Amino acid sequence: MASFTINNVKVSGIAAAVPKKSISNWDYDLLTESEKKLLIKTTGVEKRRVVEEGVTTSDLCYQSAEKIIAELAWEKEEIQVIIFLSQSRDYYLPATSIILQDRLGLSKSCMAFDIGLGCSGFVYGLSVISSIMSASGLKKGLLMVGDISSLTCSKEDKSTYPLFGDAGTATALEFSLNNSMSFSLNSDGAGFETIMIPAGGVRNVVNKNSFEVKEVEKGIKRNDLNLALNGLDVFSFSVKEVPKSILSFFETFSVSENQFDYFLMHQANKLMNETIRKKVKIEANKTPYSLKEYGNTSSASIPLTIVTELQSQVKSKSLNLLLTGFGVGLSWGVSSLPLANIACPDLIEV
Amino acid sequence: MLVLELDFHGVVQFYIIRKMDLKEFIKKVEVEFEELEKGILTAETNFREIDEWSSMHALIIIALMDVEYGVTVGGEDLSKMQTVQDLFDFAKKNQD
Repeated sequence: MASFTINNVKVSGIAAAVPKKSISNWDYDLLTESEKKLLIKTTGVEKRRVVEEGVTTSDLCYQSAEKIIAELAWEKEEIQVIIFLSQSRDYYLPATSIILQDRLGLSKSCMAFDIGLGCSGFVYGLSVISSIMSASGLKKGLLMVGDISSLTCSKEDKSTYPLFGDAGTATALEFSLNNSMSFSLNSDGAGFETIMIPAGGVRNVVNKNSFEVKEVEKGIKRNDLNLALNGLDVFSFSVKEVPKSILSFFETFSVSENQFDYFLMHQANKLMNETIRKKVKIEANKTPYSLKEYGNTSSASIPLTIVTELQSQVKSKSLNLLLTGFGVGLSWGVSSLPLANIACPDLIEV
Repeated sequence: MLVLELDFHGVVQFYIIRKMDLKEFIKKVEVEFEELEKGILTAETNFREIDEWSSMHALIIIALMDVEYGVTVGGEDLSKMQTVQDLFDFAKKNQD
């Protein structure tokens, strides 16, 4: 079982950036009025932020990173490790994190690499960067996490298009004695087709057939370069596996839900998240949502929710958070994250 | 069915998993269809033929079965079911 505790690393700051442009699901013409009403009620997604053409995930992460570095008054040459975690990289190659090293004006002696994960990504990314810093003693690091999903969802696919929003975040970490976070990480590749973009990698290289739009069912038209989501299977997987993993996390680390101030879930879908929350018996008032205003922002959803829903609290006091990310892969994880008076600037609008 | 379980603090917790009752089940499903006239849903109703049936209702049914009856329904399982009775039978079979 990939369950472990990382000592001597703390999160010092979190910043998030979203595009200015907001789209309302009330304006989604593919659905009738009553379908819109039911979609918004069930998924919890009313509005989403989407990028203008040409803006990338790394642009949003860059803005967040500059902001958090300035807020913490860090010297840029002190940053020794950066990770960019996303499923919407700038290029096929090289890794986007390396471009960000230069763009942010960081030292050439900074290590930089990408991780390709989605909904579970923030929890996974935290585990990787904190493990490196804890083992190496590297003093300062940046975890940049986010996705632009608006580019890959087909507008004529009601099962994906109204759900996803764009966001990019930056989390600043420091080597610091007496801090710890615990993780429990899981994967199930048997479900790899549940959420996927089938073409564009080396298994299905782009060719002219990749652009052919197919009607999968009524209200779902897409090509092989679009995101395909089997909503029912994701739903069944999440409500079955995630509560189980949270309860096993409690048992492994001898903790209980009343030791956590807030429960931060990947912002997937209101009905799904509420089903998970009820199964692990965590109170509704301890479970913030950013879903209504920003939609499902993939790997950015947890840090974005911290910035939009808990900003004043994480700045002014100590909180112990329970995090869970779950989805594409299939991949899911649970972690504890103590935050004490961190830097958390206002949401950036690009 | 009465279940005894130790909670995180080692305290014995008692709770009752709802005994499946078809009438009650039909009522619970019916509530999820806002536009449906009350009292017309029966065990034989093909839920896919209800006017307002949509993919959202599929999610709602899966959540209902899970939270109320502790039964996980997969997408493929659901695709094989047509009537309210099919849902009820699946829940009953998988709960025992």
